[in-house]
Amino acid sequence: MPIEVNGKSLETDEEGYLANINDWEPGVAEVMSKEDDLELTDEHWDIINYLREYYEEYQIAPAVRVLTKAVGKKFGKDKGNSKYLYGLFPYGPAKQACRYAGLPKPTGCV
Amino acid sequence: MAKADFEVPVLKQYPEIPEIEPGVMAHSSPFKAKAEFQAELGFPGELVDNWQEKAIAKMGDLLGRYRSLRVYLDACVKCGSCTDKCHYYLGTHDPKNMPVGRQDLMRKVYRRYFTLAGRFFPKLVGAEDFTEEVLNDWYSYFHQCSQCRRCSVFCPYGIDTAEISMAAREVMDHIGIGQKYCNEIIGKVYKIGNNLGLPGPALEDTLEGLAEDVYDETGVEVRYPLDEEGVEILLVTPSADFFAEPHVDGLIGYGKVFHEAGVSWTLSSYASEAANFGMFIGSYENMRRVALRIREAAIKLGVKRIVFGECGHAWRVAYSFLNTLAGPWDFLDPRYPIPQHICEFTWDLIQQGKLRLDKSQNDDMVLTYHDSCNVARASRMGDRPGGQFEIPRAIIRATCNHFYDMDEDTIRDRTFCCGGGGGLLTDDLMEVRVKGAQPRVEALNNVMHEKGVTHMAAICAICKSQFTKVLPYYGMDMDQIVSVHQLVSNALILTGQVTDEDEEEAADEAA
Repeated sequence: MPIEVNGKSLETDEEGYLANINDWEPGVAEVMSKEDDLELTDEHWDIINYLREYYEEYQIAPAVRVLTKAVGKKFGKDKGNSKYLYGLFPYGPAKQACRYAGLPKPTGCV
Repeated sequence: MAKADFEVPVLKQYPEIPEIEPGVMAHSSPFKAKAEFQAELGFPGELVDNWQEKAIAKMGDLLGRYRSLRVYLDACVKCGSCTDKCHYYLGTHDPKNMPVGRQDLMRKVYRRYFTLAGRFFPKLVGAEDFTEEVLNDWYSYFHQCSQCRRCSVFCPYGIDTAEISMAAREVMDHIGIGQKYCNEIIGKVYKIGNNLGLPGPALEDTLEGLAEDVYDETGVEVRYPLDEEGVEILLVTPSADFFAEPHVDGLIGYGKVFHEAGVSWTLSSYASEAANFGMFIGSYENMRRVALRIREAAIKLGVKRIVFGECGHAWRVAYSFLNTLAGPWDFLDPRYPIPQHICEFTWDLIQQGKLRLDKSQNDDMVLTYHDSCNVARASRMGDRPGGQFEIPRAIIRATCNHFYDMDEDTIRDRTFCCGGGGGLLTDDLMEVRVKGAQPRVEALNNVMHEKGVTHMAAICAICKSQFTKVLPYYGMDMDQIVSVHQLVSNALILTGQVTDEDEEEAADEAA
């Protein structure tokens, strides 16, 4: 089912992830978060931007520990833990934050 | 945690056998695999035109290949022993989730086309045509079985529902009806090397980070090598160990144990997955193709031993099938088990007194242990019967001061599945996952109240992820589930490690 972003219709899969990562623009995260009744703050955007940078380099979302460590280094030690990330993204950083960032859903035993 | 759009079962003190509620789970079906994922595995992309004919032919093929399947379909006498043994029945109350109910979905088709009585007098023997309605039931209910084999322990004939559900999925794949979760993942193994799709550079980056963390914490340089040729051991572990929590804490533990053992080891980016979802979909060909990657990696890297990390069904495939799937392993060192489980490796070292363990490092936890179904009922460890139950417990006792088992009816070979095994660990099956977890969570809840247990350890990536997701539905914390080698990692004092005590002593001396 497609989502409407800035007048464009973007294809998503059954679970609401963007079908094509190149379709992403900041408006995607805005639209998706609105549907989840979540207001995106600068803290959310820090994570979304980091996920996109990491994906650009490695073609995969960062492992939870890689993410928490990077967040801790960049934004302060008190933020470098899963609790902080789940506070921002209650459905889980891998699943909710990745979706907003336009990344494919991590699959496997996770 | 996502909000539940279904009723979460209420935990009780004593297990209750629920009254049946026919059809309540008929709506539960996983997403279907797209054509591209099907093609990768050698299956048609969508439902073929003559699907009924093709499905019956495939059933005939499987009945010829696996004598066991025919015996299981013939042998049931409807004694009722299995009816209250499946966690999915106990959690959902749907009679098609009784093992016999699930088996009958295939048995009625088998009788119609493969038995004399069924061909001529179908109604008399409960035989039915393979209609679209039956096919829909197959897709729904054969994806509400985690292939945990608990029912087979109680069946007087040993009928193994797991094998029937594997066969059903294989039949459906061959007519173009595949499950998205499993089939997409198997495709990723072929393309990238693991279920998650972690390419080599991402693995390397992750492993470097772990080595840094261990150094920061202990002052000891523990290596987490990737693709190193000529080393002693190839470690094959589920890719969730690189990616998720608490899995990664177990991986850190394996590395520390190898370090203390003084053996050289490596992970492989080509065989960066222990899991083998080919088993879940009952596809011998795909199971073999996944397993052969381990053989290729072992030969290329020139290792002498293969050790498997904490993954339940991987250990079943490794322990029970690896030799016929991907053997002979005559190039490996015959003095060691081929393959070996990381728990066997660690327990050997503990027995030889080669690991310095400080149990008090785990004093913030009171542990119990969840036997993962594929380890418990489809494999062994060590050189004694029951080693697969005793060795993980022995490791926990050697690394923790506080350990209590859950109710005997829910552990060892009678263990309840986590609710997410067998290819069901996907969000589109969350209802059946949460409900199927009820018997296990109930037993956990009881031991939390009676013994003050705070954490549950496991040696399976699926169990760990499943509990992380479902415990919050029952009002528990996601981090109550831990890896066994996380406990080892916490307690292990590395040679040359600076401990708090050492620092205190040094401070005393200086003063």
